[in-house]
This record gives sequence, C-alpha cells and structure tokens, in this order.
Amino acid sequence: MKALTNKVKPVNRAPMSFMEKLYLPAIVHGMAITFSHIFKKKPTINYPEKKRPFSPVFRGLQILNRDEEGRENCTACGLCAVACPAEAITMEAAERESGEEHLYKEEKYAAKYEINMLRCIFCGLCEEACPKDAIYLSETFTPADYQRKQFIYNKQDLLIPHPKENPEAYQEALGNRANKTMVN
Amino acid sequence: METVSNKIKVTIDNITVEVDPGTTILQAARMIGGDVTPPAMCYYSKLQGSGGKCRTCLVEVAAGSAADPRPMPKLVASCRTGVMDGMVVKNITSEKVPDARAGVVEFLLLNHPLDCPICDQAGECHLQDLGYDHGKAGTRYEFSRRTFKRIDIGPYIQLHMNRCILCYRCTYVADQITDSRSHGVIDRGDHAQISTYITKAIDNDFSGNMIDVCPVGALTDKTFRFKNRVWFTKPVDAHRNCTTPGCCGKATLWLRGDEVFRVTARKDEWGEVQSFDGKTGWICNTCRFESKQTSQWTIEGVTTISRHSVIGLNKYQTLNMPQETVKKVMHGVEPKLLMDIHSVSGVNNPDIHLSEIDRPAHSSDFKK
Repeated sequence: MKALTNKVKPVNRAPMSFMEKLYLPAIVHGMAITFSHIFKKKPTINYPEKKRPFSPVFRGLQILNRDEEGRENCTACGLCAVACPAEAITMEAAERESGEEHLYKEEKYAAKYEINMLRCIFCGLCEEACPKDAIYLSETFTPADYQRKQFIYNKQDLLIPHPKENPEAYQEALGNRANKTMVN
Repeated sequence: METVSNKIKVTIDNITVEVDPGTTILQAARMIGGDVTPPAMCYYSKLQGSGGKCRTCLVEVAAGSAADPRPMPKLVASCRTGVMDGMVVKNITSEKVPDARAGVVEFLLLNHPLDCPICDQAGECHLQDLGYDHGKAGTRYEFSRRTFKRIDIGPYIQLHMNRCILCYRCTYVADQITDSRSHGVIDRGDHAQISTYITKAIDNDFSGNMIDVCPVGALTDKTFRFKNRVWFTKPVDAHRNCTTPGCCGKATLWLRGDEVFRVTARKDEWGEVQSFDGKTGWICNTCRFESKQTSQWTIEGVTTISRHSVIGLNKYQTLNMPQETVKKVMHGVEPKLLMDIHSVSGVNNPDIHLSEIDRPAHSSDFKK
C-alpha cells in the first residue's frame, strides 16, 4: 500500500542487542532527562494564585459602557444584534422620559438588553458594529455554571459599574481599555 | 425618422429606449431600471410638481437632440428635464456626475444630525442609501449644525425638523391628497422649516402618507416610534376592507411575531407608494395607525425585499414556518426542553404587547 506521506517510518523488528536487553542504561538515560527538568524554567504557573496577563486583543465577556457621568451609552440601535453571527443579542428600546436624563445619554435607550452567552462566540463583531462605543469585550472569562438559565445575561449583568458611585470597580472593568484611551 | 409611432429615442448610458414625448430623463431611466437610474430625493412620480429641489438626480447630457447634437453646458436635473429625440445622456458612465453628486450629498448632510442609531427611518432611509452609494466619508463643514426646537404636530406623526432635507414632498401630499393643508414650509433659506402653522395639529384622514413620502426620518410614525428597528420586523402584504373614501386598503404590515408593529403603504422598487389599477395606493390613518391587530387584516404573503437590503436579513421568506419534526419522528413524544427562554429572558415578554401602546414605550411599560 502506498503511504500517504513521506514521513512514514517502518517499525524496526530486529532482535534486541545485549546492551538493550540490559534495560538499565536506557532507564538511567530516561531518568536523567526527567531530573534535568528540575533545573529548567517552569512553563506553567500556579493558576488561581497567579494569573497570566491577557493579550491586548483578548475578547472576553461583553460590557455595556457608560460615559464619564455614568449615563448608559447604548441607544438600542440594534446594529450589534444585526451584526451578531450567532444571533445572541436581543434588545427592546424605550424613550427617555424627563427626569431620566442622568441615566441615559440619548433620547432612546435599551430598556432590555440581553446576550445569550450559550450562543455567543466572542467574535467581537458587536464591538465593531457599535456606533456609540457602548459595548466592548472585556478581559474576563464568562464564568462556568451548572444551569443554562445562568447564561442569559441581562442589562444589569452586563453594565459597567458606575464611574462616580463605584470608581474602583469602574477602573477595574475598564482594564486595558483605560490605558488605550489615555494613549489616544 | 418619420415613423407611424411618435415615440422618441433617448440613449442613457449607452442603452437606448423609446419613450413618449414629454417624458423626463429620470422617467426614461426608470424604464431601463437598475444602476442607470439616477437617485432622487425630492422627485416623487405620484406627486405633481415634485422634483427639482435636491439636485441628486444630476446627469450629463452629451448630446441635446438629433437635430442639435451639442452637449448641454452644465449637468441637468434629470427629474425636470424632458427628453428630446436622439438625446444622449450619461449617468454612471459620466466622469462629472459622481463628483457632482458627492458634492450634493455633502450639502444635504451639512445640517443632518446623523443620528441614525436613534432614527426610526434607519434601514429604509433614502439619504442613508444615497450617502453610502454616492457620498464621501468626510465633511468639510466646521460649524455647528442647524437645530430646531421640537414641535408636536399631533398624536400620530413625529416631526424631527433637524433631519429634514426640505424636499417638499410632504407639503405636496398635504396639497394634493388631503383636502385641507395644515402644514407647510415657513421661513426662508437656512431657517426654512416644515411646520404646522402655530402648532396646529395635523388631523386629516390621509396625513399619515407624509410619513411614507418622507425620504429621511423627519416625519416618522409616532405609534411605531422606538418600538423596534425596521430590519427586525417582518414585512407582509395585507389588505382590509377600508370604508374611508380614497383609501386603497392595501398595505404592508411590519410584524414582530404575530404583533403588528407598523403599517405602511406598499412601496415599489423606487421607494414610492405603489399604484393599483392606475390609482396611487395611499392609505388612510385608520388603516395606518388604528389597525394594529392581525385579525383586522387579510395577509396575502411576505413582501419581497431586495436582497441587498438589511430588512431582508435573517427572515423566513414564506409565511409558514417549518414544522417541528421531533414529535413526528419520535412517535408523538414531545421534545424535552431544557430551558424555556421566557422564564429567564425579559426581551419579547409574551405579557407585554408593544403594538398596543400608541406611543413610544417608556420604562414604566417594562415593569410588569
């Protein structure tokens, strides 16, 4: 039969020599390789205590952004939902009433905003489509869970902490993005 | 050239058509169809006297007629220029036209707020299409945009004067379709605005047709305001026996599930209201604003949407949805659902009927 690749190596079926029958030299050689790793640099880290920094292009859990005064940026324009290849995003819009100006930036806002994390593939197209800088993918994993219903993220789950009421949490949620905006 | 028929020949972008005398270049181009047709923002074939205001339909006339083949010195507005026998017109083959049209788009967008993420017209807006097809990405305008105070013009129609491009189509609707004109253009030049005189509410039976003729989002349906984006609603053709004289009763329903979110007149390929038996299919306000139940309509079928339009995205092209197969294959055993989405999700709550609210939804409407 013709081999599929030229990397095929035939099995050596020749009888073992005297040195090979002794076994011990081969074991000593193998152990030497094993123990030499003690002195080499560890490629792993102790995960829960130590965490690797994320790549700057890492795409994690979505966050709904607020402006400096804590008003929601999202106007429920639906571009993220129409760009989403997995159809994970759904929303319902409402009109801002007088007295709600401190909550929402524009006259229309998302009364309901949901991302089905079971569907989301973290492609980041929602962030690209957004004309209002309202949604971006953060440097957090979506936590695992036992139940499906925990993966329907509503607006309260997705909103960034209030920058005035909770500035520390806001900065943490911004993550790498805070540095990016400072450069610009 | 002396033939029995008195048709005249006109060549547009190397395509020759025979048309009746008195036809405009734009109408001749629409007979050819496709890319050859110049865009039109103010011209509306169903409204007499419209056209000649926006200048987006500019074309180059390379030869005036067979008798006088000199080219016209300047680009002409095709909606207002009649064809002559042997006329040679250049639209997409012209070098001057795209540049001139980009300039026109820049002018139209000078004072346009570009609030498409909020605007209900986004997705079916002629100015959006025009900007994408013929405009340039940037503007050279450095001053603050013209803004107007918001005026309430009644319970059905929302006026956003900031978005208006002053095409005058709505005033022609008021003049020609309704029996009393209660709005028009007031002031001049940069201050010109569409308004009802001394904030008189528009209460004519056919006033809703202004929404359909408006090429931008300046006049939008208040009962549909912010309910949904047009591309998430499914358009179906439907008709009802309307008793209002003059109403054709044939409309397009924009559905979300089984809810009628919006009713519009049926549009043709040029974005104009369709004609039925030679009569323009205007619909009355009862059909448009007060018939938001599917039981009030006879649904004919799904509206054909151009496949280039965002409105056709992610929709079944038929009325009948695919049947559930699990029960058939499993000898009558229902599929076991691991999660009912309505038990967790707040969106599309079956207890909240947005179509029954005759104003934009507010935060209180979602607190059920």
